[in-house]
Amino acid sequence: MHGTGFLSIWFFIGVLLTIYGVLITATGVYELVSPPAHPPVLAELHASLWWGLVLLIIGLVYFIKFYPKKSNSGK
Amino acid sequence: MQTPQQLLSLSPVDLIIIAVYFAMVLGIGLYLKRFTKTGEDFFLAGRDMSAWIAGLSFVAANLGSLELMGWAASAYQYGILATHWYWIGAIPAMLFLGIVMMPFYYISKTHSVPGYLKLRFGEPARALSAISFGLMTVLMSGINMYSMALVMRIILGWDINFSIWVSSVTVAAYVFLGGLLSAIFNEVLQFFLIWLGAIVISILGLIEAGGWHGMVERIHRNFPGQDYTHMWSGLGSFTTNPMGIHWTGIVLGLGFVISFGYWTTDFLVVQRVLSAKDLRSAKMAPILGAAFKMCVPFIVILPGLLALAVLPEKLVGESQVNTNAHTYNEVLPLMLARYCGPGLLGLGITALIAGFMSGMAGNVSAFATVWTYDIYRALIRKDASDAHYVSMGRWCTVLGVLVSIGTAYFVMQFQSIMDYVQALFSFFIAPLFGTVILGMLWKRATGPAGFWGLLAGTGSSIAMFVWVQMDHSALRYIAFSTNARDMAENMYRALWSWIICVVVTVAVSLATRPKPDSELVGLVYGATEIPSEAGVPLIHRPIFWAVVVSLVFVILNIIFW
Repeated sequence: MHGTGFLSIWFFIGVLLTIYGVLITATGVYELVSPPAHPPVLAELHASLWWGLVLLIIGLVYFIKFYPKKSNSGK
Repeated sequence: MQTPQQLLSLSPVDLIIIAVYFAMVLGIGLYLKRFTKTGEDFFLAGRDMSAWIAGLSFVAANLGSLELMGWAASAYQYGILATHWYWIGAIPAMLFLGIVMMPFYYISKTHSVPGYLKLRFGEPARALSAISFGLMTVLMSGINMYSMALVMRIILGWDINFSIWVSSVTVAAYVFLGGLLSAIFNEVLQFFLIWLGAIVISILGLIEAGGWHGMVERIHRNFPGQDYTHMWSGLGSFTTNPMGIHWTGIVLGLGFVISFGYWTTDFLVVQRVLSAKDLRSAKMAPILGAAFKMCVPFIVILPGLLALAVLPEKLVGESQVNTNAHTYNEVLPLMLARYCGPGLLGLGITALIAGFMSGMAGNVSAFATVWTYDIYRALIRKDASDAHYVSMGRWCTVLGVLVSIGTAYFVMQFQSIMDYVQALFSFFIAPLFGTVILGMLWKRATGPAGFWGLLAGTGSSIAMFVWVQMDHSALRYIAFSTNARDMAENMYRALWSWIICVVVTVAVSLATRPKPDSELVGLVYGATEIPSEAGVPLIHRPIFWAVVVSLVFVILNIIFW
């Protein structure tokens, strides 16, 4: 690429999953405090909460590991 | 607000999740524009991708709308038999591409599969395959687009025009800006989203059903006397399995011709591997892709099987639908609605949109390359500058999307065309595989033979299709049984068209003058020096990982026999 590095795709994935993790975890916490009127099947497992946390952890790992540095070139 | 036919309604957090996704894919396209200046950058992502990225992109480009929604529906309709399209219908061909064919594609430095045919057989074979590929690509892209819009209308009540235009303009924008590089980046992102959005359904479904054995027991209870959970044991006869297919159709038609044709010669997927940074990465990419492909049934087929076990209602085919019943095609949204509340629902819908967009971007970027290099440069303007061809590629992206939108509206008028997608595929891809494989492995194959073989294979496939349409009893000659269903007919027709292509190619080759070996260097087995891997540690050799994937493939087939 003409000797010019670009941001890693893994960094973009980290950013997106971190945002999704925050949004879905926050929704899960809200539902824990204020249960919905028409819950889905297996709502008692609080899937939003734990899956949101999984997304957040994966997102943060990618975000931190592939955060752009001066010498970073990402493929 | 929820319209009567709408399955789900989204909360504000779901809408934010979808909006963030659109912003991200457009942002990536905008960011990558500055890195795509030359033709090599725009059409082949600078040939700079690692094996992981090329491999993930290779699989993601195939995860279009028909793939996600269609195969989940097929799993509900045909049971675990649908998994054949992911395992025997993909894995051997992907490994063959990586180990046997990739060296010739890569060493020849071709930009496309029609480009390889030009080098090996000459201009007529290239022109024929480029034009048929262009036609097939815009038609498939339009059908994908229409399927997505239809799904969004059924699930969310969105206007069909809104869905078509928003998604296609987004895809056109990011491919226009960053070319294949942008398409590949977004495909990798979309691959993650598809997995993370869809696997939740499988996890929660297995918990509800009581694990795999609990699911199988429930299916037997709900559908007594029918076998939905064995892959091979019911294939001894056309009448002992829900698909009406014999094992020879699966092994020879799907596992050999259709699968090898698609995964080794369809430029939509091969283009991703050509972007690899070196030969070893190019060989590893399809092998890594095969490993991921082997896992896709866990997010596509498993939800369909779980629906057979846990849904209180029975779904029906499109032709049997009435006001109260849901159709097979709604199985994935129904399972999404069953388990996912706000947030997770947005993630699931984003996964579906990501699948549609990755498939569409794959079609559009491949179309732009074939149009620019194999039609425009070869037949219309031979001596323009590289910048001119990049510009043509960018605008061709827009043109491809507009033509696809037209195709989507065309499909809307004639919905039965959806049934002919597999048939179209067998017209063009099965004979192409015959031409390419003979070209790569047989030095004696000549230029005229490549053209006439391809033409005969394609022509005979279309003729067989028309014959059965006019006289249904012709199925007993083409598929060996009048009990064969549409899918089985496609498998056998593909096999025949491949055989015809090979026979004609061999016959014409023997009657015409062969090319000297000096003109076949880098193109054919026996005339090409493949770089040795003798000094490479075993764990870094593509052949080692191909063997590992093969073993897992065999074990999985035995487990689900």
